[in-house]
Amino acid sequence: MADRANAITMVADDWSGGVHPYAISHKKLGMWLFILSDSLTFSALLVGYSYVRVAARVWPTPFHFLPSVVTATLMTLVLLSSSLTMVMAVGAAKQGDRKKTTRYLLLTILFGLAFVVLHLNEWMGLIREGMRLSSNPWGSPLFGATFFSLTGLHMTHVISGVIYLGFVASNFSRGRSKPDDVEVSGLYWHFVDLVWMFIFPLVYLLSVKG
Amino acid sequence: MSDQTTGTLTDAHEGGNRLYFVVWGVLLVLTAVEVLLAYVQAFSVGGMLSILMVLSLVKAVLIIAYFMHLRFERSTLVWSLVPAVVVIALLAVFFPDGVRALELAVRQP
Repeated sequence: MADRANAITMVADDWSGGVHPYAISHKKLGMWLFILSDSLTFSALLVGYSYVRVAARVWPTPFHFLPSVVTATLMTLVLLSSSLTMVMAVGAAKQGDRKKTTRYLLLTILFGLAFVVLHLNEWMGLIREGMRLSSNPWGSPLFGATFFSLTGLHMTHVISGVIYLGFVASNFSRGRSKPDDVEVSGLYWHFVDLVWMFIFPLVYLLSVKG
Repeated sequence: MSDQTTGTLTDAHEGGNRLYFVVWGVLLVLTAVEVLLAYVQAFSVGGMLSILMVLSLVKAVLIIAYFMHLRFERSTLVWSLVPAVVVIALLAVFFPDGVRALELAVRQP
C-alpha cells in the first residue's frame, strides 16, 4: 500500500510540470517523435506491399539467389556495420574525443554511400530486365509500383541520413555541436537500419526465384 | 534534471564497445540464418513468412534496445512508444480483404 502511494506520488511528480518526465533533451524527444511518425509511414508501405502481394494471382519473384539476394545480404551487412560505427561515434562524442568521433562518423557515411551504390545497381539490374513502375515481365504490374516506392523511400532516407551525418560531422569536428547532437543523429541512422531489417526479408528473401 | 540525464548516459556507456560488438554479432548471425533459410527453400511461403517475421522482430528489438539506447532510458519513454506498435499491428486488419479480392479475381472469366 505504501509502495503504491509512493508510486502515485512519483508519477504525479513527473507529470505535474517543472521537470522533464522523460529525462532526455528536447532534441532527442523530438527525434523520437519523428521516428514514431516515420515508422507508421514505413509500416503502411510494407503492409501495402504485402496486401497487394496477397491479393495478386501471380506475384513476381524475380530475385535470383545470385546475384540479387547476395547483394541484398551485403547491403544488410553494410547497414548493420554502419550502425556499429555510429554507436562508436556516439561513444567517442560522449568522451569528448572530437577526432575519433569525426572518423567514426565518416566511416558511417561511407557505409551509407556503399549501401546506396549497391542498391542503385540492384535497381538498374531490375530496370534492364524490363521492370517498370506500372509493368514488369513476370506478373502483377503492382509489383513495380510497390517495390520502387518502398525501397525508394528507404533509399531517400539513407541519402538524407548521409547528408545529415555530414553536417553533424563537420559541425562536431569544429566544436560547433554537442555530443547530444551526435546521439540524436544516431537515433535517425539506426531507425533507417531498423526499417531495412523488415524490407530485406519481406521483399527479397520471400521473393527468391524458385 | 540535467544531472539525471548525464547519469543515465554514463551508466549505459560504461559497458563500453564490447556490448555493441556483441549485439552487432548477434544481428549478423540472425541475418545469416534468414539468408540460409531463403537458400534452402525448405518452407512454404507462409511458414517462411512467420519465421522471418519473428527473426526480424528480434533484430528490431535488439537495435532499438541497444543501438538506439532505449533499454537505458526511463520506462516513461518506453511506454510512450508502445502505442505505435499497437497501431502498426492494427494495420493487419486489411489482410482478410486482400484474400477476398483474390477470390473475386479468380471467379472472373
